[in-house]
Amino acid sequence: MLKIRNLRAKVVDGPDILKGIDLDVNAGEIHAVMGPNGSGKSTLSRVLAGHPDYEVTGGTVEFEINREPKDLLAMEAHERACAGVFLAFQYPTEIPGVSNSVFLRAAFNAICRAQGVPSVDAFDFRALLTEKLALIGMDDSYLERPVNLDFSGGEKKRNEILQMAVLAPRLAILDETDSGLDVDSLRIVAEGVKSLCTPHNATLMITHYQRMLEYITPDIVHVLMDGRIVRTGDHTLAKAVETRGYDWVRDEA
Amino acid sequence: MTDALAERSKEYKYGFVTDVEMDKLPKGLNEGIVRAISARKKEPDFLLQFRLDAFKWWQEQEPPAWAHVEFPPIDFQDIHYYAAPKSMSDGPQSLDDVDPELLKTFDRLGVPLHERERLAGVAVDAVFDSVSVGTTHQDLLNEMGVIFCSFSEAAHKHPELIKRYLGTVVPPHDNFYAALNSAVFSDGSFVFVPKGVKCPIDLSTYFRINASNTGQFERTLIVCEEGASVSYVEGCTAPSRDENQLHAAIVELIALDDASIKYSTVQNWYGGDAEGRGGIYNFVVKRGRCEGRRSKISWTQVEAGSAITWKYPSVILKGDDSVGEFYSVALTNNKMQADTGTKMIHIGKNTKSTIISKGISCDQSRNSYRGLVRMTPGATGARNYSQCDSMLVGDQCEANTFPYLEIHNQSAIVEHEATTSRISGDQLFYLQSRGLDSEAAISLLVNGFCKEVFKTLPLEFSVEAVKLLEMKLEDSVG
Repeated sequence: MLKIRNLRAKVVDGPDILKGIDLDVNAGEIHAVMGPNGSGKSTLSRVLAGHPDYEVTGGTVEFEINREPKDLLAMEAHERACAGVFLAFQYPTEIPGVSNSVFLRAAFNAICRAQGVPSVDAFDFRALLTEKLALIGMDDSYLERPVNLDFSGGEKKRNEILQMAVLAPRLAILDETDSGLDVDSLRIVAEGVKSLCTPHNATLMITHYQRMLEYITPDIVHVLMDGRIVRTGDHTLAKAVETRGYDWVRDEA
Repeated sequence: MTDALAERSKEYKYGFVTDVEMDKLPKGLNEGIVRAISARKKEPDFLLQFRLDAFKWWQEQEPPAWAHVEFPPIDFQDIHYYAAPKSMSDGPQSLDDVDPELLKTFDRLGVPLHERERLAGVAVDAVFDSVSVGTTHQDLLNEMGVIFCSFSEAAHKHPELIKRYLGTVVPPHDNFYAALNSAVFSDGSFVFVPKGVKCPIDLSTYFRINASNTGQFERTLIVCEEGASVSYVEGCTAPSRDENQLHAAIVELIALDDASIKYSTVQNWYGGDAEGRGGIYNFVVKRGRCEGRRSKISWTQVEAGSAITWKYPSVILKGDDSVGEFYSVALTNNKMQADTGTKMIHIGKNTKSTIISKGISCDQSRNSYRGLVRMTPGATGARNYSQCDSMLVGDQCEANTFPYLEIHNQSAIVEHEATTSRISGDQLFYLQSRGLDSEAAISLLVNGFCKEVFKTLPLEFSVEAVKLLEMKLEDSVG
């Protein structure tokens, strides 16, 4: 579904942060990308989502749309979203004045339009929202609140997962979704994410710790250091990193 | 059109100039010019005396300088005070006789005047420089007894109404620009809705400045008798020019017992280029008086143009239980400056006012809200609610709030809330990453910020206003 080859990228006007990433993600897979601070994890997620502050300096990213590989890097951020790429933000942005329900419906209908599916009316959409809210333990009162405004850290992360549940992406990239969550929120968020994983979609979890991996067992774990994937393995790699630290991987690499 | 102008009008699509032969009075202002304007319009003597009195007072005044805006001193002798298309020089005519070039101009502005194409549901008075070109939907309005015509026509056909109401809300000696307008006002609209009549369609005046080095000084007077109501909309544009042009208008509204006036403005005068060259100085006095009990005056303004906007649509709440409202969105970009807000003067008992102001500043612009709420000693049980929100786009713009409260009655209740926020690249990216293109993203953000104001506009104008703001913001947010 996703094929990254020798991807190099930097912040506009800055030095390279990604220095040649190779990564293959197939439908039905859950990948974890781990790495110490400053290794380029968040850069990878933002580059894949099309953040304008980053510049790709080399390499390719192919994303399958209707079984055809497409050049993801040539697409605008909203086109990537409409093609099924979703980024759960590490620090979700506050949007004053725009209620969650208005925002979700606008996004949902934009994606429907782009995919040539009829959009839904307010009534049916409300029913969909109610169903998805239950998934992550949120009540209706969230819907009329302005997007992320005055949300606690945990509420913001849950709101990201609510959006993921509603927009049903084929590739979900979760950027440090486990950070800043207390134990209960972590469990709810992780279980929410887990319930959304199907054989038809893929998940890329970007994380510093393996806290979330205790709830969701990844099929493949990558360790990212200094802009390169230095090691790839199964879920036991995450455990090894947790107990032995990133220095161990660095020494081995 | 020169190349430079063509380049600029990509951003400001109303920047074109209409080529018609003009009858212009020479530049400069003196008693002779004031008399000449009155003579051109064949006005009754009381209007000439009104002008001369205002002019005499104006000569003794200095221009005010308290607004939070900067501009070089205006040379009042370097302006043409009257400019009219030659074809209009014989006074008001029927729409069939209007120069096709003028009709084409209004077509291009999206305000078709022809019977077959005119806007349904809205009667339009089209003002071109100093004169009214024509007013649509006259038959329907006549039937209802509603008078809607150019000010000049009203001076001929209804001098008694003009005499009774003109200058009663904004006296000629009110301030420098009010006196200037009272001396040289050219045209504008007059609306009179008789007792008990609910005007069945929106009334609208479209103001177009075309001639160069010319000021526009229109005058609008709206009177609603007991139990009458009307919704009035004004729109305005001007060519893109490197010079600054002065627009100093007066609007007076009078609402008798149980009458209701809703006045909406979508202001899109040329605002100058990115370097701050050119644009309209929009120095306007707008004031309404809730004369009668339970009367209501509501101002809604979407201010998106002009190099400088300096105006405070106000309400004098004289009648007991009367209601004043002010809803405003003011957007400034490039190097535009706005100092705008309102005055709510509570005189009657249990009077109520609401102020909702949304300022959006982009680029290197300056945007100030200035508002006065005055509770006079007699205003027992009066209430005011004010909410002033500012949104910043970029980091070189400026937003200010100057609220003034004068409370002289202990039973009055005044509430004031204010917030400042910022449209950021992060917000845009967040929305885009959910599938919204940049246009839809900006639209969502602006609508969210301004929704309390937009919902008070007549529907088609609300759509227009949203589009206008989106267009202006798109360049600034980038």
